[in-house]
Parts: sequence; C-alpha cells; structure tokens
Amino acid sequence: MTELPTSTDRKMGLVIDLDTCVGCHACVISCKGWNTENYGAPLSDQNPYGADPSGTFLNRVHSYEVQPEKGHAQLIHFPKSCLHCEDAPCVTVCPTGASYKRVEDGIVLVNESNCIGCGLCAWSCPYGARELDLAEGVMKKCTLCVDRIYNENLPEEDRVPSCVRTCPAGARHFGDLGDPSSDVSKLVAERSGMDLMPEMGTKPVNKYLPPRPKDTVEEEIDILAPLLAPVAEEPKGFLGWLDKTLEKF
Amino acid sequence: MHPAPSVIIFTTLSGLGFGLLFFLGLGLPVVTGMVAFVFYAIAFGLAVGGLAASTFHLGHPERAWRAFTQWKTSWLSREGVCAVAALLVMGLYAIGAVFLGQNWSALGVLGSVLSLGTVFTTSMIYTQLKTIPRWNMKLTPAMFLSFALAGGALLAGQVSIALPLLAVAALVQLAYWKYGDDALAASGTNLGTATGLGDRGAVRAFEPPHTGSNYLLREFVHVVGRKHAQKLRVIAFGLGFALPLVLLLLPFESTMLKHTVAGLAVLAHLAGVAASRWLFFAQAEHVVGLYYGKR
Repeated sequence: MTELPTSTDRKMGLVIDLDTCVGCHACVISCKGWNTENYGAPLSDQNPYGADPSGTFLNRVHSYEVQPEKGHAQLIHFPKSCLHCEDAPCVTVCPTGASYKRVEDGIVLVNESNCIGCGLCAWSCPYGARELDLAEGVMKKCTLCVDRIYNENLPEEDRVPSCVRTCPAGARHFGDLGDPSSDVSKLVAERSGMDLMPEMGTKPVNKYLPPRPKDTVEEEIDILAPLLAPVAEEPKGFLGWLDKTLEKF
Repeated sequence: MHPAPSVIIFTTLSGLGFGLLFFLGLGLPVVTGMVAFVFYAIAFGLAVGGLAASTFHLGHPERAWRAFTQWKTSWLSREGVCAVAALLVMGLYAIGAVFLGQNWSALGVLGSVLSLGTVFTTSMIYTQLKTIPRWNMKLTPAMFLSFALAGGALLAGQVSIALPLLAVAALVQLAYWKYGDDALAASGTNLGTATGLGDRGAVRAFEPPHTGSNYLLREFVHVVGRKHAQKLRVIAFGLGFALPLVLLLLPFESTMLKHTVAGLAVLAHLAGVAASRWLFFAQAEHVVGLYYGKR
C-alpha cells in the first residue's frame, strides 16, 4: 500500500555540501553509469547524437548566482536528486502502490513492474526528483543505490551511493540522518544543514550544507603596492628618438 | 503544466457526462424507453469516452487495473473506484429505465451521488498538489463541480435549473482566474526557498544542468501557450457561459427551435469548458520550474 510508514528504523540519506561542490557533474555521470545497468529499467536517452538530445537522469547539477546586498556575487553549484522525504507526497498519490517508502531505511523506491506511468508522482514532487523514462514508460528515481549500499560482493569502501563514491571534492556524504550520533547528523548540526522548500511540508531526509561565509575586507590593504610602483621612465637615447618619431604618425 | 490533449478531453467530456448522469439519476427528467436510451447513450459515451482518453497518456495502459487498489491514500485511485461504481449503478438504473420502463429511484439517487463524487475525486487529483499553487485551492473542486452541474443540467434539458447553475459556474470561473493568478506569489515559494539560499541575497539561475530539454521541462514548464491566455479567457467565458445563458433566455415558441437552440448552447458550453480546461493546464505553474529559473 502507498500509506507512508509512521516512522522508519533508519533515515538513510545524503548530505550535500554547497560550500565544497565544484560543479564538475561527475556525480551526474557516475549516477547514470551505475543506474542504467543495475536496478530496474535502463535510463534511456532520446536522440542522443542528434540536434535535440535528452534523457533520463536521477541526479542533476544546477548552478545559481547569489547576489548579496553588499559585496560580490557568489556562484553556487547545486546538485539535486531525490531527498527521500519523510512525508513523501509522491508515495501517497500513487494509484497502484508502485511507489513506496521502506520501513527499514526510509528509502523511497518504485516497483517498476507495477508502475503504470501516469506521472502523478512526478507532478507531486516539488524537487523534480522523478523522471518518466520515455523508452520504458515507467517512473525512474534515485534509489540511494540500494543495490550498492548493502552489496556484500563489493569492497566495503564501495558500499555507498555511486555519486558519493565518485565526488572528487568530498561534497557528498551518506549516512543515517535518523541517528543523532552519526557522522552525517553531526555534520548537519555543525554546519546548520537545511531543507529545500520546507514550506511544502515534505520533511526531506537529505540535507544541504550552506556555503560558509566569505571573508570580507573592510578597506583595501595592499602591502605589496609600494613595491609595485610603476618603474617606467621616459625612454632615452635611440628608444627615446623612436618613441617620439612614432608618436608623429 | 503541459496541456496534454488526453487530460483535457478526459476532464471536459467525463465532467459533462457525469453531470448528465447526476440529473438522470435524480429523475430530472424521468425518461423511459427510446428517449432514455438516447439520454444514457450520450451520458455514457461522454463519461466512458473521457475515461478512455485518460489512459492514452499512461506509460503502461495494460496495467491500468492496478490503479483501483490504493484508494486509501490516492485521489487518482479513489477516482477510478468512484467512476466504475457510478457507471455500474447508473448502468443498472439505465437498464431499468430503457428496457423495463422502471424508475428505481433509490438506485438513481445513489448513482447521482457517485457521479458527482467522481467529478469531485477528479478535481481532488489536481487540488491536492501543493507543488502547483494555482490548483491547490478550494476553488478547483468548486470549478469542476459547478461546470459539471451546469453542463449536466444543460444537456438534461433542465432550463430552469441550468440558468442559475450556469451563472454560478461563470462566477466560480472568474474567481478561479482572479485568485489563481496570485496563487504562486501567495504560496511563498520562490527560488530563494527552493535553494535555501534566499536569505543570502537575490538568487538567479545561472546555468541549467544541461543544454538540452528534459522530461521535467516538457511536462511542467509550458510557457509558450500562455501568450494568448487573456484572449482565450474571453473565448472560454463567452462560449462556456455567456452564450448559453443568452441562448436559453431567448423566447422561442416552437419546440423544434427550442431544441436547436438548446443544442447550440450545449455545443458552445462544451467548447468553452474545453478552452477553460486548456488554460487550467497551460497556465498552471509547477514549482520545479523555479529551479530552472522559469515558471
């Protein structure tokens, strides 16, 4: 049934550090690479080599510019995937029971063999986390790499979501956000992790760490300036003659 | 939102069909035999045709039966259950009226309630979505219900009932447009809350995640169609409500002429409601568009 569990044993999710993300899109590529050949239907592309390519992705990286009242504008790279909400509207709207939230770890999944591809779950998601695959006609979403994190055939360091394993900047963290003593929970507490669109009432499990405040300089202090005074003097001799002569033309 | 023809045809036709079934079930008018057959053929044609159209946009229509299972939480599922129940009950009532000349009024009243319930559950599929502030209003079910009742009364030939219902539907339509236009701003959701960066300064979408389009943009960001919105509102209002009201108020003596004018009123109303429904989708802004710097 698409009734949400009243509580889940654990709240597995991601913590994304907006201070550290460099916007390289490696997580996007590794996500597509892993998920197109593992859990469920492949992530298809339409017209991939044509004039108007498009395809199914479970993770996309936006870039935003923030212009504060004072000071310089700041560019912030913003990876976005399913937030595995505690009060996930995509689960309760599902007419077939294909969408569900797991009691054991809180992961939101789609049973693709029951999905009719009506698209209503994507309509109900404020974050754009669900995309209907055009080739398969079923809804695709982030599985938190459910086929990696418990997979004992993989070396232990690989038992994290593909995006987390790939991130070269260490901007993505994975863990149990329901356990206050976990590393990710401590990180969220320390850095004031935030929810996206809290007014939607979805109670996202994934948290975003805001960029750290930038240093501000009250007045221009330049200790090297005296040493860098221009040393150009009036040219003399042949160069002086050349300079004057060329000025005439 | 992308104004998919399947959902516009579905909500327009089935709304009218279930509206007609509502009045037939109440015995307005009481019909038997051949006349009843024609009335029920129209009503079932519209209701079932609309429901069939709604399956066209499914990725897997062959699994549609599964949609009847999650009535505990899903309005889409409730709508499916309610529609089938309404069609079954009204089907029995129609058999009694057409072939046996009977008027099983208790069954008819039950069918009427279920028919109106189907329109209500349809409207709640849209109303429940917080992600689309223009739909997330009490005026959405009011609009679906008032349109179905006005259209149903018109089709059932209940002129004295249709007149006030058309006027009410027209007022609901105007209110829906007025409050709908401010709904996104009033919701308080903007790029600042979407990114959580709003308290640091003005947030602007600098670079999209990719140069091409995607499912989200095609489904949720439909900007092109909004260009002629004001003109279409005039057309929707004129055809849907103003013209049918004028036509019904015209004094005609001959029955033949009355029927022709009533037929015209129904067609105008249908075209107006279809235009209004197109706007209902095309003008609806999904908050996911904010992430792309669009609405």
